Amino acid sequence: MERTTLDLWVGIFVVAGVAALTMLALKVGNLGTYNMSETYQVHAYFTNVGGLKPKASIKSAGVLVGRVTGIKLDTKLYEADVEMSLDKRYQFPKDTFAKILTSGLLGEQYIGLEPGGDSLMLKDGDQIKMTQSAVVLEDLIGKFIYNKATEPASTK
Amino acid sequence: MMSAFLEVIRVTGHRSINAVWRIGMASRFFFLTLVYSGNSFRRFHLIVKELFSTGVLSLIIIVVAGLFVGMVLGLQGYETLRRYGSESALGSMVALSLVRELGPVVAALLFASRAGSAMTAEIGLMKATEQISAMEMMAVNPIARIVAPRFWAGVISMPLLAALFSAVGVFGGYFVGVIQIGVDEGSFWSQMQAAVDFRDDIMNGVIKSVVFGTVVTIIALYEGYDAPPTAEGVSGATTRTVVTSSLAILMLDFVLTAIMFRGT
Amino acid sequence: MSSSSALVEIRDLHFAYDKRAVLKGINMTFPKGKLIAIMGLSGCGKTTLLRHIGGVLKPTRGYVKVGGQIMHDLDQDALYAMRRKMGMLFQFGALFTDLTVYENVAFQMREHTGLSEELIRDLVLMKLHAVGLRGTQDLLPSELSGGMARRVALARAVALDPMLIMYDEPFAGLDPISMTVVGDLVRRLNDALGATSVVVTHDVQESLKIVDYVYFMENGVIVAEGTADEIRASEKAFVHQFVHGEMDGPLPFHYPGGDYLQDLDLGN
Repeated sequence: MERTTLDLWVGIFVVAGVAALTMLALKVGNLGTYNMSETYQVHAYFTNVGGLKPKASIKSAGVLVGRVTGIKLDTKLYEADVEMSLDKRYQFPKDTFAKILTSGLLGEQYIGLEPGGDSLMLKDGDQIKMTQSAVVLEDLIGKFIYNKATEPASTK
Repeated sequence: MMSAFLEVIRVTGHRSINAVWRIGMASRFFFLTLVYSGNSFRRFHLIVKELFSTGVLSLIIIVVAGLFVGMVLGLQGYETLRRYGSESALGSMVALSLVRELGPVVAALLFASRAGSAMTAEIGLMKATEQISAMEMMAVNPIARIVAPRFWAGVISMPLLAALFSAVGVFGGYFVGVIQIGVDEGSFWSQMQAAVDFRDDIMNGVIKSVVFGTVVTIIALYEGYDAPPTAEGVSGATTRTVVTSSLAILMLDFVLTAIMFRGT
Repeated sequence: MSSSSALVEIRDLHFAYDKRAVLKGINMTFPKGKLIAIMGLSGCGKTTLLRHIGGVLKPTRGYVKVGGQIMHDLDQDALYAMRRKMGMLFQFGALFTDLTVYENVAFQMREHTGLSEELIRDLVLMKLHAVGLRGTQDLLPSELSGGMARRVALARAVALDPMLIMYDEPFAGLDPISMTVVGDLVRRLNDALGATSVVVTHDVQESLKIVDYVYFMENGVIVAEGTADEIRASEKAFVHQFVHGEMDGPLPFHYPGGDYLQDLDLGN
């Protein structure tokens, strides 16, 4: 085969392969839709994170605004310390409320942010004070039964 | 009875020693290939020429297979997901299956039987017709001149072929799921994009296919180089290439999957 | 033959594959400029001997000296440097099947020299012209006849004007005309290049026409040697049988076996 024809075919092959890879990255993957380069970090304590995992999405009003970057147990408080990185484009008030929610009945867990009314905004390294833990089904059922039996003792 | 038992043990021992010896020889061959690779990169057209036979000639089988695998995934995935009322997750299911597993693995299996066997046969015939001896007598190192360019062509082609397989497969799934069955197009793509992570899924898939490409190519080249210089020798080596590399792909896939995706 | 003008010296060469002895004490001297034939039946160790001269195999005892250097003592670089000065024609040509005739002949020039493309082109066409096949330059080896392929391989073997050319069965599988053509080329190339040639063959009649000196090998030892005329006139039973292709002689027609009658159950 002629050298130039061969080069042409190999060129077509390489371009097609690279195009496929790009298409996978942009159209199939999250590289095109979500750019993590411009972010700021906040963290929050939860008494129970349930099935929340690193890289879980953080949404506000259903819009993806960030990702969970790390979860560790704080041994002083014995609570889960969740690191979040939020998109710089979205600023939230200091008194924002963070909830661990579930998408659908059996879906993945994510963090939902409900903005408060404070005029000061969250900065890099700040802590979200108000949180609501994940709902654990066993606890829910247990609590329900327990509350029925020991109603007066459960309130402080 | 006892002697038959001992014979089984003896044969097992013999096979094991043989297998270990062959793995050792193949590793040495791999090492030599890397050592003598410089020449191939200085004269890149040697690799380009081999990219044609490993990559371009594998295009059709990869594209057709990818399309059909994607279409089957769309169909089966829809049937399964419908039971849980989560048809909208079809896109993420199709894409994750392809990018993480089926793309690298099936493309590598096809590559082994299409390009790998051709490589073994070609090198085996070169050996049988004394072309390799002739090259050595011309003071040209056959590993540098014949083996290394083919090796690098295999390593370069494999991830590109796997990416093509996955990309075409996603379109196959889209065609069946969205166009034929009528899953919502928006949720098909958005769920896919939410579920597929570039580094964790796509890059790991690419790493897998590079590993598979390396292993398949080196097995194919080693079998060809090591083949007895007869017609039976070459045909036996070709069969061994396909069998050995297919098993190696599946075993390595398990190992790599365990390392990459455990705990996430 | 004084050893000072000898290009190749082989002394007491022994070689064994595993336990099977193939060469058992070979002594040969190839003077510069001569065309030497090594004859013998298939499997007598001729090709093994050639492989020692090329430094492919290491002897179990003795040595091969080429240009004063012991082949099996050379390291990889020195060995490759030595091989650049050798040309070899393999039994069935061993042309690279994925390269054209032109590229086959140009192969060593591209690998070993930094010659410009124009110079390579001139050289390749000259070599091809010398074997009468300049018109085939764009063909692939699979498109050539056996005799043509052999001539292209010959052009490739002499591409870098070697000092020593080795031929492994250059006449095998050729028609009578091609045989004469190749034989004639072997002689003419040797004289034109001032090289030394070794022809390993079992084709007695064709090679006796062209060579200067003949060694006869049998079972790993030299059984006869002499100039072409001496060999033709030789009264040695083995040489006589070989040269004249007789069916029975010192080499029996029958492979050693048990008693014939007993094998057929006719004994007693």
